[in-house]
Amino acid sequence: MAKQNDRGFLQASNRQPLLFDWIFSVDHKRIGLLYLYSVGAFFLSGVLLGLLIRLELIAPGPTIATAQTYNALFTLHGVVMIFLFIIPGIPGAFGNIMLPLQIGAQDVAFPRLNLLSWWLYILGAFMALTSLFSGGGPPDTGWTFYVPFSSETPTNVSLALLAVFIIGFSSILTGVNFVTTIHRLRSPGMHWGRLPLFIWSLYATAWVQILATPVLGITVVLVMVERIIGFGLFDPARGGDPILYQHLFWIYSHPAVYIMVLPAMGVISEIIPVFSRKPTFGYKAIAASSVAIAAAGSLVWGHHMFVSGMSDTAILIFSLLTFLVAIPSAVKVFNWVATLYRGSISLEPPMLFALAFVFLFSIGGLTGLILGSASTDMHVHDTHFVVGHFHYVMFGGTGFAFFAALHYWLPKIFGRLYNMKIATVAWAIIFVGFNLLYFPMMLVGLRGMPRRYYDYLPHFQGLNMVSTIGSWVLAIGLLLMFINLYRGMRRGAFAGNNPWQAATLEWVPTSPPPEENFSHPPQVTHGPYDLEQAGKP
Amino acid sequence: MTMQPDALGARIGMWLFLFSELLLFGGLFLLYAVYLARYPADFAAGGQQLDALLGTGNTLLLITSSLTVALALSALQQGRRQLCQILLCATIFASLLFLTIKGVEWQAKFAHGIFPGGTELESLPVGQQIFFGLYFVTTGLHGLHVLVGAALLLWTLGLTHRGQVTAENSVMLENGALYWHLVDLIWIFIFPLYYLLL
Repeated sequence: MAKQNDRGFLQASNRQPLLFDWIFSVDHKRIGLLYLYSVGAFFLSGVLLGLLIRLELIAPGPTIATAQTYNALFTLHGVVMIFLFIIPGIPGAFGNIMLPLQIGAQDVAFPRLNLLSWWLYILGAFMALTSLFSGGGPPDTGWTFYVPFSSETPTNVSLALLAVFIIGFSSILTGVNFVTTIHRLRSPGMHWGRLPLFIWSLYATAWVQILATPVLGITVVLVMVERIIGFGLFDPARGGDPILYQHLFWIYSHPAVYIMVLPAMGVISEIIPVFSRKPTFGYKAIAASSVAIAAAGSLVWGHHMFVSGMSDTAILIFSLLTFLVAIPSAVKVFNWVATLYRGSISLEPPMLFALAFVFLFSIGGLTGLILGSASTDMHVHDTHFVVGHFHYVMFGGTGFAFFAALHYWLPKIFGRLYNMKIATVAWAIIFVGFNLLYFPMMLVGLRGMPRRYYDYLPHFQGLNMVSTIGSWVLAIGLLLMFINLYRGMRRGAFAGNNPWQAATLEWVPTSPPPEENFSHPPQVTHGPYDLEQAGKP
Repeated sequence: MTMQPDALGARIGMWLFLFSELLLFGGLFLLYAVYLARYPADFAAGGQQLDALLGTGNTLLLITSSLTVALALSALQQGRRQLCQILLCATIFASLLFLTIKGVEWQAKFAHGIFPGGTELESLPVGQQIFFGLYFVTTGLHGLHVLVGAALLLWTLGLTHRGQVTAENSVMLENGALYWHLVDLIWIFIFPLYYLLL
């Protein structure tokens, strides 16, 4: 066993690594950390934008920004959070670091392609940020870039679209890399029935990335062509159809919701058995439900368009398909709960975030049924109810899973632990702040407050005030959590190889893992959740 | 433990990427289907104006180039490097000829005022405007892929010349050829949809 102060891949050679040793590294762990740092930075900027939006909405009338600035604020908040944080977050950071470790491989199948993915992601992010300060000013279309507004507005939409295209390309390449890696580089004995559930979820996600993202690519290209050259393909005055844009956009962007949430479910499926000290209940059902969600989730895009003028038949079909996605999602939730049942539960920080995930994601999922049912959707369409719902799914779901993953895997990546008490307090503040922030949105939405509006009627003020206060509570909790994690990874207590006594392969090498992961491909002899076998290769 | 070159893995990766390319064009074919259903007469009128002769010529060129790139791969695998290089050059030449013919075709349309913002195009019925819009976007995107494919094959040609792509390690050429077949395949759909059926 290596010395406790061995810094593994963090300092592979004898000298202190330079910046170039990182940004040109083809080591999956270093690329994963690059992703982690960059998505972390974009998350914080997204949070800041969100705080500004909430501050503007604290009272009716102009508060801190003009209407145009407000439009730019929520567009940017959406673009940054979705394209730069949630989509690449868990697969880019934790997927990259943990995928080869969990299947006992030395690296992903195409290490250089992996580095290219990160570079494309950074290039796209850079362009998205440039679009704020150049051309006609920050895009004000909302993150959905709906035509005809997006093809008409003088703001810098073309550059933002190019940025989305490039980030999408990066996402496709990551998907290609992951599918190939999972097929080709599993260790001896790591058959499909022994694949950790996180890997199953990454596998399903990667397929969605490959099959859905190109449609977004062609869609944003068409809007760019529309803006620069102008064929009128989506322009009703010239025979085009803006509804077609919405179809193409959601053919990607609804499956993208599962790109965001499937890896999150994978993280939770890793954490719950470890902290219940029980093999996961229904391994095969959880694995199959990941694939089922990916498949069914690709067929439901139309539920974003119930009020756009689709035929009643189409509405009925899309509504039915939407309800079908609830089945595999519920399979997962029931299996997690069944794993907890009679488990020996230890409420350490990763577990707390995982449990919060299950709770918040369930609220998000159940309110999703209200939106998936056409009749109730007509009532709450484009109100703050929708905003509340998708923040429960995206932030309460994927965001909390990201935090859970941070608390679960940082000791592996850096070899050090954070302060457990502070982490627990931070978790509690985040949980309270989150519900204060988003639950009132659903109430105010049910009462009729539209989303994206700059101003509102005075009788909505009470709930908006609560929501804005919640945003500050949440921000304080996030700050506390990040400071604690940062202090932990710098000078926390040494974690040892396997602080949680987990049975998956990534805990076998030293923490932090050495540059080559495993000296030889490990022979896998037991399932990922046979916890009695924990620590044995 | 060092990574072994994994030819099958590289092939899987390329196939997955080609799927994503198909779906990229799938979006355009979807638009074609919807607008054809909406404006069948206008699409027919638009299709009449395309030059089927030039289209046929280009189809023959692409199919032949698919053959030459496949032969280049066989030649490489039999160790006949020089033949392989000649066949690759032929493929690249065919791609340039394809682009030239496409350019001539576009030029003829431009000369008739059929280009984005052109007065002639604006005066056409909306269905025909959509038809030519889709025609330019689809063939333009396909032309871009021809260019990328040619660049890829040129690069492979260089690697073959330097002995980095050989009979034992031919996966780079295999993948380049796969990409080229995809470019060909997509054209095989574009050609009848725009030039023949209408």
